[in-house]
Amino acid sequence: MQSNAALEYDYSVAKLFTYTTILFGFLGMLIGTLIAAQMAFPELNYMLGEYGTFSRLRPVHTNTVVFGFTLSGVFATFYYVGQRVLKVSMAESKFLMFMGKFHFWLYFVGALLATVSLLLGYSQSKEYAQYEWPIDIVIVLIWVSWGVSLFGLIGIRREKTLYISMWYYIATFLGIAMLYLFNNMSVPTYFATEGLGNIMHSVSMYSGTNDALVQWWYGHNAVAFGFTVPIVAMVYYFLPKESGQAIYSYKLSLLSFWGLMFVYLWAGSHHLLYSTVPDWMQTMGSVFSIVLILPSWGSAINMLLTMKGEWNQLTENPLIKFMVLASTFYMLSTLEGPIQAIKSVNAIAHFTDWIPGHVHDGVLGWVVFMIMAALFHMAPRMFKREIYSKSLIEKQFWLQTTAVVLYFTSMWIAGITQGMMWRAVDEYGNLMYSFIDTVAVLQPYYAIRALSGVLYLTGFLMFAYNMIKTMTASRELTQEPQFRSPMA
Amino acid sequence: MDIRELQGYANFFMTIFLVIMLYGYIIHLYRSEKKGESDYEKFGNIALDDEIDSKPIVPNPKTMNENEEQNK
Repeated sequence: MQSNAALEYDYSVAKLFTYTTILFGFLGMLIGTLIAAQMAFPELNYMLGEYGTFSRLRPVHTNTVVFGFTLSGVFATFYYVGQRVLKVSMAESKFLMFMGKFHFWLYFVGALLATVSLLLGYSQSKEYAQYEWPIDIVIVLIWVSWGVSLFGLIGIRREKTLYISMWYYIATFLGIAMLYLFNNMSVPTYFATEGLGNIMHSVSMYSGTNDALVQWWYGHNAVAFGFTVPIVAMVYYFLPKESGQAIYSYKLSLLSFWGLMFVYLWAGSHHLLYSTVPDWMQTMGSVFSIVLILPSWGSAINMLLTMKGEWNQLTENPLIKFMVLASTFYMLSTLEGPIQAIKSVNAIAHFTDWIPGHVHDGVLGWVVFMIMAALFHMAPRMFKREIYSKSLIEKQFWLQTTAVVLYFTSMWIAGITQGMMWRAVDEYGNLMYSFIDTVAVLQPYYAIRALSGVLYLTGFLMFAYNMIKTMTASRELTQEPQFRSPMA
Repeated sequence: MDIRELQGYANFFMTIFLVIMLYGYIIHLYRSEKKGESDYEKFGNIALDDEIDSKPIVPNPKTMNENEEQNK
């Protein structure tokens, strides 16, 4: 029997997912920057034949950053935070160690297959759910193996109370499982037609408006349970731990949790305003989107108040800076989203560049900032070395903050310009502009967005370099830091 | 009344029900803390004191086995 003196947290799985977070983050953002440049300079579409066109690469970008980068970050932090808040080591169970590693390798192979399938043009043509049915089956297996690790670790915990971060990780697991299964229900044509269809082709089990409703119930909640819930899990652990301050109000965190769970699932129909969806359902989507401000701001304000009396850390510790700005961007995007969901605003915003603008102030400012801060916090504990360079983090912070601001401001202007031009009519009621007029007007904003992509990607490379140097060449630590992460 | 209308009413009443549940939960949290039955804020320390040999805030009786010998 092991003795407690020798018992340590085992970060081997967390480390593996840390590597893929960096890898997929780089790849996803590289492709994102490329397709942003393609919007500004269309000749860039013709570099790699059919494999380099915007339409082929766009799903590769979204899926790589969602299912590659973000999920890797979620898994890396779970295998780190899970052990610590449950006070149990993966090393205590051979089965859980096996499951963790199995989860990683299945995920890694699955991610490569999935990316290749998208590059080859296999797609269900559903946004964020492009993967065809064989890939979906692999994804279900990956998810189940995470579930076994998650609940297995909970099963052998020493700390009976599940810390609030665990609630959010569990919600991520259950939410995505439910959404993914229902939205990907499809009939493989090969089997339905006795061999006539393509093995990599399927049709949705839902049709018409119902298909759209299920798709946007999924699509919106993929944002909820992929980009919000697990990132809140991270901030609830890493901000208190890095700052040495307990959460401002634990009760508020519980309340925000249930509020978020209750409200988020109903808001998806705001993607279908002015469509064939029943009117009451569209109104419901709008109303629930507005109500969603409350639980979102509940968490964000709780985070900012956690720093009460300790705001000096904002200037002293760049990781706090990342996390506080992430919480602030969370507040911004969770205010912007509901505004866009108001019917009259949506009449201008829908189908315009304001929408990717909104998505990106959320993901670049909130999701990526939080994941990078989390990995920076984990690195000295996992690799037992101090962070390689503080000044590099500072420079990265300002570069990427500038990039996010350039991204969303250019897309705000582009989107509203686009929406107004599409609706503009002359005194006889004729449309004043053709589509190409809007494209010509938007070109400079697309160029600004491409520039912001280059800046953000450069910042991410600085992060990757800093992480790799931390793993390999930084000063070794003799003792695990309690709160503030040591950095040179 | 067709199925769409029924769905609308079902959604409305479910929303009311869930709002009552949520507000009931808030009241439950604050009332149980006021009565001294539970202290939720102490759970915030789970993140701060998270060494493997730290004393759990609420020990799990199922796993309080030989590993806890050192506490004796």
